[in-house]
Amino acid sequence: MAEEQVVFERPKTLTTKPTHYCPGCAHGIVHRLVAESIDELGKDGDAVGVAPVGCSVLAYDYFSCDMIEAAHGRAPSVATAVKRVHPENLVFSYQGDGDLASIGMAETVHAATRGENITVIFYNNAIYGMTGGQMAPTTLPNQVTQTSPYGRNTKEAGYPVRICELLATLDGVAYAERVTIDKPSSVRKAKKAIKKAFEYQMEGRGYTIVEIVGTCPTNWGMTPKDAIGWLEENMLPYYPLGVYRDCVEEGFETAAEAALARAKDVPIVTGGVA
Amino acid sequence: MGEKVLMKGNEALAAAAVRAGCRFYFGYPITPQTELAAYMSKIMPKVGGTFLQAESEISAINMLYGAAAAGARAMTSSSSPGVSLKGEGISYMAGADLPGVIVNVERGGPGLGSIQPSQQDYWQATRAMGHGDFFQIVYAPNTVQEMADMIFTAFEKADEYLTPVMILADGLLGQMMEPVELPDEIGELPEKPWATTGTKGKREHNIANSLYLQSNELEAKLLERAKRYEIILDKEQQSEGFMLDDAEIVLVAFGASSRIARSAVVKAREEGIKVGLLRPITLWPFPAKALEATLGTAKAYLSVEMNMGQMVDDVRLVVGKDVPVEHFGRTGGIIPTPDEVLEAIRSLNAKVGE
Amino acid sequence: MAHISVDDTYCKGCGLCVDACPVHIMELDQDRINAKGYHPAHCIDDEACTGCTSCATMCPDVAITVYR
Repeated sequence: MAEEQVVFERPKTLTTKPTHYCPGCAHGIVHRLVAESIDELGKDGDAVGVAPVGCSVLAYDYFSCDMIEAAHGRAPSVATAVKRVHPENLVFSYQGDGDLASIGMAETVHAATRGENITVIFYNNAIYGMTGGQMAPTTLPNQVTQTSPYGRNTKEAGYPVRICELLATLDGVAYAERVTIDKPSSVRKAKKAIKKAFEYQMEGRGYTIVEIVGTCPTNWGMTPKDAIGWLEENMLPYYPLGVYRDCVEEGFETAAEAALARAKDVPIVTGGVA
Repeated sequence: MGEKVLMKGNEALAAAAVRAGCRFYFGYPITPQTELAAYMSKIMPKVGGTFLQAESEISAINMLYGAAAAGARAMTSSSSPGVSLKGEGISYMAGADLPGVIVNVERGGPGLGSIQPSQQDYWQATRAMGHGDFFQIVYAPNTVQEMADMIFTAFEKADEYLTPVMILADGLLGQMMEPVELPDEIGELPEKPWATTGTKGKREHNIANSLYLQSNELEAKLLERAKRYEIILDKEQQSEGFMLDDAEIVLVAFGASSRIARSAVVKAREEGIKVGLLRPITLWPFPAKALEATLGTAKAYLSVEMNMGQMVDDVRLVVGKDVPVEHFGRTGGIIPTPDEVLEAIRSLNAKVGE
Repeated sequence: MAHISVDDTYCKGCGLCVDACPVHIMELDQDRINAKGYHPAHCIDDEACTGCTSCATMCPDVAITVYR
């Protein structure tokens, strides 16, 4: 009888500490995918992660690589500097929708448009989880939350923001993909995207972001299983999955090359400093 | 020491920072400190450093937070309203025990205020830079030479005590040109085994963090940091005295206003008034020891500040109620003249003199 | 022969593994409660397990180890 092998176990870059996340919360899945990707790339000794303020604020206890806890919304700026200090390191920020798309929107846009060689792991579950379920920039129209008790009224509270599409217009972005975790095949695709984003970072191609459409069973008021159903019915049509930027697919080595081509009719861009 | 050159205060701060080993600067345009950022943008590429103009002062202070966590000597600078935006980030640095230098080239306030010099951020710098129990060491230069020298001290103390350190200058000092000898390039920088540089498989992970959800852990952290503040209060007080030995009236003034106060002291002495000047060089820790040493001869104190009276409170805290402590100052960006200060000395002297 | 193990210290009884298992052999053990007060997941038919790792892939708490 062939000797028994372990084919699935806890990745090295996850600590053994049980997480505080609610039962069925997909943060746990995404943490594992990030850790597995870092392990498989052999980067656990070079990885530095930046945790946000939000449910994943305690990520510094869950990743075994060096970690930094950033002020709410500012993880991309913290990560920018960490990468500038040690360009050879693998630097990622892990952020929720409130952190990335609300208070931190300026940091998100500018880190991307600067083409910082960092990877942003963006968990989009359409709600502020840690503070008990308030409306987030990605909360869907008519979705009930603690601060949209009658359902998000777009006349009053405007429209949810689609981050991948928003950032795809920026020249500094080398790779932007939206994935989800509703079933095993989706989780495997999500991991491929995360690993690819890290690879693009290590190859210095530019800013990379993976947006993971996830659940929040507790604050959505559903069982983990029903939450996934609701995600499939409502979140995925509003936030279509797919690759929104991939400089290599576009035929370039880096985001910078793609940007240069895009501005080829601009003398100062192609002509260099006068 | 380098040779003497004529330099603008803002630029001397930048040039000295690079010599002090700063290779990461994060800035944002705001009068009257923008020349500092402009100088950094010219020099950093030449020394293999990083100049980054952030999208806001908030982003810049959080870049400083990241660079400091990664173990680098790093700096940011701004002016009053911009420094207000950095308050949260500075509190995070204090809470995560991260060293870094923050320069405030003050302008008139509150709100958009004015672009002329002021000292209206004294309370902010020494007491209320951000939320929570924390202090930052605050140095107040009054010459371009001191601006260069104090940057070295600021980086050294930041690394020594693992704390943010502020240089509190003002638009006058930032914009004026004076001869300066830039200190020599620093040699070794201190080791930072606590930094988030990547474990390289050789150690447990390092964490830069200010969150302690267990309140007993947070209190323990605050008590431990308070011990460091006690050491700073004991060892780091710095000031300069001028004609204090027999001074019956003691002026207390820092930065640009101390130079004006000094001229007034000289004039008052010519009129036979026994007046002297104590110039705080560290605003936090406030030079209480030096001030106490003047209690023997002093009959009255006059704090001279370009604000409505802020440091005067610290003087009162030391001096107490039995000796009058008054304030003279112009604010809103107005720079007082020596004669105005002299007038204030005369009237105080009339009140408390023989 | 493939099989899985569930670590009680991590399992929060969320049931995602139960839905994910293609051969429906994962269940929450209604007779046991773990230290956190959840009914931990467990495999009810080791024979049928193919080691496909679907359960472990969906587990948010990395409670499941898979052997083949």
